[in-house]
Amino acid sequence: MVSLAQTYFIEVVTIILYCLLIFVPLLLGVVMALYADRKIWAAVQKRRGPNVVGPYGLLQVPADGLKFIFKEIILPDGSDKTVFLIAPIITLALSIAAWAVVPVQAGVVLANINVGILYIFAISSLGVYGILMAGWSSNSKYPFFGALRSAAQMVSYEVSIGFVIITVLLCVGSLNLTEIVMAQDTMWFFIPLFPMFIVFFISALAETNRPPFDLPEAESELVAGYQTEYSGMPFVLFMFGEYINILLMCAMTTILFLGGWLPPIDIYPLNAVPGFIWFLLKVTFVFYLFAMVKAFVPRYRYDQLMRLGWKVFLPLSLFAVVVTSSILFFFNLAPGM
Amino acid sequence: MTAQLLTFYLFSGVILISSLMVISTKNPVHSVLFLILSFLNAAGLFVILHAEFLAMILIIVYVGAVAVLFLFVVMMLDFKTSINKDNILQYIPIGILVGVVFIAELIIVLINTKFDLSNIQVLPNPLSDFTGKSNTEAIGSVLYTDYILYFQLSGVILLVAMIGSIVLTLREREGVKRQVVSEQLQRQGKIDLVDVKSGKGVDIL
Repeated sequence: MVSLAQTYFIEVVTIILYCLLIFVPLLLGVVMALYADRKIWAAVQKRRGPNVVGPYGLLQVPADGLKFIFKEIILPDGSDKTVFLIAPIITLALSIAAWAVVPVQAGVVLANINVGILYIFAISSLGVYGILMAGWSSNSKYPFFGALRSAAQMVSYEVSIGFVIITVLLCVGSLNLTEIVMAQDTMWFFIPLFPMFIVFFISALAETNRPPFDLPEAESELVAGYQTEYSGMPFVLFMFGEYINILLMCAMTTILFLGGWLPPIDIYPLNAVPGFIWFLLKVTFVFYLFAMVKAFVPRYRYDQLMRLGWKVFLPLSLFAVVVTSSILFFFNLAPGM
Repeated sequence: MTAQLLTFYLFSGVILISSLMVISTKNPVHSVLFLILSFLNAAGLFVILHAEFLAMILIIVYVGAVAVLFLFVVMMLDFKTSINKDNILQYIPIGILVGVVFIAELIIVLINTKFDLSNIQVLPNPLSDFTGKSNTEAIGSVLYTDYILYFQLSGVILLVAMIGSIVLTLREREGVKRQVVSEQLQRQGKIDLVDVKSGKGVDIL
């Protein structure tokens, strides 16, 4: 047992350090994303947004977080208390776990696994459990309806996201995220696959329950959806999980369509910039689009949301898979052929 | 090797315990959640076997889709009134029967192979050499060539099942108003775009 500990001690410590290396920037990213979200939303509506706490209101989000930490955690009397507390933990843990395979620069990734894209797809399809468990265990009507809506919505849009990912994979010939980025060396995929880029972006909005698809927490109908009964720290866990998921979807859009860490043009001043700066810039740009959509577009009705998912995006993306594979086959462009 | 062994015992231990919990917890939702836990750990076992593609597909299909629908249905049951402890005993004979049949089948299979699993030759085509190929490539290279017939057959069966369930549940209801987007977009003469001059307003009839 001593030798076992000696053999694996260093390995375990390095893995924990790597995890912290992902976790700490992610937390900072979420704080900045929350701030940016509110600022952009405010700017569109000609308001100032958070501007009191700290310079330019930058410390507003940490202050809010501190407030949540010191609030009492209320457990509803009729709730299933174990499931009630596990739900936010699952949401946060899964959203962080997906980041393990995201490459921010050539070779800079915690786990460079062969089935990276499937891993992300699998982990994000598990995300629905946190919401379902929260809604059911609260033992209250609004959370339950919110959870049902959210689960149906996430399962529906996952289908079209899957097909969009397949069109990209057809052009790459690998499930490895690093190779997906390297395949965009000559041309970013959003140019040849532009319709799929749009479908992916809108599905990502629906998948992360962002406006205009935020029906699970539509406050005029369902108070706060599945989060209604949560307070204090569990609520913060949900909030962070949600925003880390949003950042993950931004990173996925960047990796699949916007060339990951690659510079726009491979010439001197641009390619001297380190890759992760480009990656960060692109993720920030996609998040800016997310925030603008939230400010511009009114909320969908639930039947319209389902119609869009099943009757528009599913046939469209299925058709795109057939067309892409036919073109690749007839012009002998398919990788590995 | 030891670390691999430890992870194996961890995953299979959790599978065993959570499978036991599936049948022993009183709350059906808890049962489904334990079932999901055992699915996840089975995926972990696949990863130990270096079958990462199968592991991910197991999670995506069973945990991400099938079990969600399962949980959906079970969550909406009114199980607080339906649980009755007296009924449990009446299922024991059937349970024992199923268990005995299952164990007998397992014993027959194991005796026929004389506990030497390397003797099993059930593949119609011997598998080709997969060295240097990733998991996904290896599965794809046999699934779409040697086993294309089975693959297509299972696809057809799934399609038939899907059409069947749609036919069974589809019913036309009278008097339900539906939104037809194309009609809405095509209607003429009901919508006018008016350029409103600032400070002057516009006459709407």
